[in-house]
Amino acid sequence: MTKPLVAEFRDAESLLGAAVRLKREGHQLLDAFTPFRLPELDGILAAKPSRIRHSMLVGGLAMAAFAYLLQWYSSAIDYALNTGGRPLNSWPVFLLVPFEVGMLAAALSGFAAFLWNCRLPCLHHPAFDTAQFERASQDRFFLLAVQTGEEERSASLRELLMHSGALAVREQGS
Amino acid sequence: MSAIASAPAIASAPTNPAHPWIAAEHASYGEVTALVADPILLRTAGRRWWIAFGVSGLFVVVTLVAIYVLFTEGIGVWGVNSTVVWGYAIASYVWWIAIGSGGTLISAMLLITRQRWRASVNRFAETMTVFAVSISGLFPILHLGRPQYFYWLAPYPNTMLLWPQWRSALVWDFWAILSYLLFSILFLYVGLLPDLATMRDRATTAFGQAFYGAFALGWRGSAHHWRCYETLQITLAALAVPLVVSVHSIVGLDFAASLMPGWQETIFPPYFVVGALFSGFASVIILTALVRWGLRLEAIITVHHFDAMAKILLLASIVMTCSYATEWFMAWYAGAPADRSLVTFLFTGSSAPLYRTQLLFNCVLPQMLWFAVVRRNVSFVVLIAIGINIGMWLERILIIWNTLSHGYAVSLWRLFYPTLWDWALLFGPVGLFVFFFLCFVRLIPAVPMNELRKLCREEHVA
Repeated sequence: MTKPLVAEFRDAESLLGAAVRLKREGHQLLDAFTPFRLPELDGILAAKPSRIRHSMLVGGLAMAAFAYLLQWYSSAIDYALNTGGRPLNSWPVFLLVPFEVGMLAAALSGFAAFLWNCRLPCLHHPAFDTAQFERASQDRFFLLAVQTGEEERSASLRELLMHSGALAVREQGS
Repeated sequence: MSAIASAPAIASAPTNPAHPWIAAEHASYGEVTALVADPILLRTAGRRWWIAFGVSGLFVVVTLVAIYVLFTEGIGVWGVNSTVVWGYAIASYVWWIAIGSGGTLISAMLLITRQRWRASVNRFAETMTVFAVSISGLFPILHLGRPQYFYWLAPYPNTMLLWPQWRSALVWDFWAILSYLLFSILFLYVGLLPDLATMRDRATTAFGQAFYGAFALGWRGSAHHWRCYETLQITLAALAVPLVVSVHSIVGLDFAASLMPGWQETIFPPYFVVGALFSGFASVIILTALVRWGLRLEAIITVHHFDAMAKILLLASIVMTCSYATEWFMAWYAGAPADRSLVTFLFTGSSAPLYRTQLLFNCVLPQMLWFAVVRRNVSFVVLIAIGINIGMWLERILIIWNTLSHGYAVSLWRLFYPTLWDWALLFGPVGLFVFFFLCFVRLIPAVPMNELRKLCREEHVA
C-alpha cells in the first residue's frame, strides 16, 4: 500500500464535492482535516456513533451511587448522631451531594472517553509533517485519501483530486 | 505563513441586515482567525491594558491585605454581630456565584438552542464563570470563624474518627462549588481545544508553539475529532444547565432551609436561579462591551448581539419582579405576623432607601429595554447592566440584613454597620476578577475562532 495523499482545498464546499466524487469512484477516504466542524462529512466518511455518552452515564451514576453510599454509611452506621430527631438516613438532603459530584464525574468521564476516542494527547502525528498543514486549523480544508489497488489507480486518484478543485496534492508527511 | 491573512481586513462596517452577526460584506476564514488571534500573538498589550492591569493589581493587594487582617484578627474586624451573623461575605458569595452561573447558563443554553450568535460571546461568558466561581468559593471559607479547618468539610480518614455533617448547608456548598468549578474549567477547556491548535499553528515564537501545542493535546481537526468534540460539548452543555440550576438552588437552600422569616420560602431556589441568569447576563453585557472596545472586535460583536442579550435581560427582569411580588403577596396572604412585619420593614425600615434602589435598578430601569432604540444603544444597555449588577448585590445584602436584623425575637433586633474591612473585601475581589480577566485576554482567544469560521460559512460571508 502506497502513502496516502493529502489534498488541500480552499473552502468546505470544494472539499465536500471532492469527497463525494472520490467515494463514487471507489477510492478509500481516510479522513478530513478542517478548521471547523462539517457535519456533512459524517455521512460521506460513514462515521460510527461514538460511545462518549455511554461513558458519561456510567461514570456519573457510579459516582452518584458512591457518594450516596458514603453519606449513608457515615451517618447511619459509622457515626450515627441523632440531630434533633432527624432520620439517620435523611435521604432527601442526601440527594444533593450525589447530584453535584455525579455531574462532575459524568463530565470527567466524558472528557476521558473523548481523549480515548480521539487518541489524544498525541503531540506528534504524520499529518503534521505535510506542507501547509498548519492551515488546517485556520482557513484550509484537507482530505486524506488512499488508493488501494495498482499504480495506474494512484495516478487517477491524484488527477481526480486535482480536477475536483484541490489547490495542491501531496503525499502525507511531505 | 506569509500566505495567511495576518492583518484583519474586515472593517467594522455598519451593521449589515443580511448578516446580523458579522458586520462585514465579506470575511474570509483567515481574516476572522487573524482578527482574534493576532492581538494576542503579534501585538503588544498596549498602554490601556497596562493601566488597567496596574489598577487591578492594586485591588489584588487590597484583597490580600484584607484576607491577611481577617485571618490574623478574626471575623470581629467585620461589621457582623451576634444578631446579623452574616454580612458582606455571604452577600458577595451569592453575588459572585450568580454571575458565574449566569455565564454557564448563557453559554450552555444558547448552545443547546442552537443560537448562532453565541459564537461571539460564549468564550468570555465561560471564562467569567471560572473566575467568578473561584472568587465566590473564597467567601464561605473566609466567613468561617476558624477558616484553617475548612477541609473538615471533606470526608477523609482522620484521627478524630469524625465525618462531615451531610445535613449542613455548608457541606452542600462545599460540594456544589467544588463540582461546579471543576466542571466549568472542563467545559471551558473542551471548547478551547480547537482554538489552542490554531494558536499553536499561528504562534511565531518557539515558546508560544510549545505552550499552545502542549495544551492543544495534538488536536488535528480531523473529522473524527470534530464529531467527538461536538458530542462532548453538547452533552456537557446539556449537563451544565441542570448543574447550574442545582448549584444555585443549593445557594437558595442555604437560606430557605433555615427557619427565619423571609428566608423560609419554597420560592427561594428558583428565585435565586433567575437572579443568577439576570446578573450573569448583565455581567456578560458589560464584559462584551469591554472586550469589543479593548480588542476592537466591532466586526464580530455587533449591536444585534447587544439587542439579543438585552431581550433576555428584560425577560429576566420581569420574572425577578414577579418573584419580589410573590414574596410580598405570600407574606400578606399567609398572614404570619413575622413575615408581614418583615415586608413592612423592607419598605419602611432602616434599609428602605437601599431596597427602593434595588427595585429601581432590577425592576424599573430594565423596562426601558422594551424599546429597540435603547437595546441597540451599547452605552445605554451597559449602563442598565451596571445598574442591575448593583441592584442584585443590594438584593443579596438586603436578604441577609433585613431578615437577620428583624427576626422573631424583638429583643434581638440589631443593625449591621459595615467596617473598612467589609468594604475592602467587597471591592478588592472585583479588582481580582478584572486582574484575572486581563490575563485571560492576553493568553487565550477571547472569541472561539472555530465557531466564528462556522458562522462565516453559515452566514455566507466567507
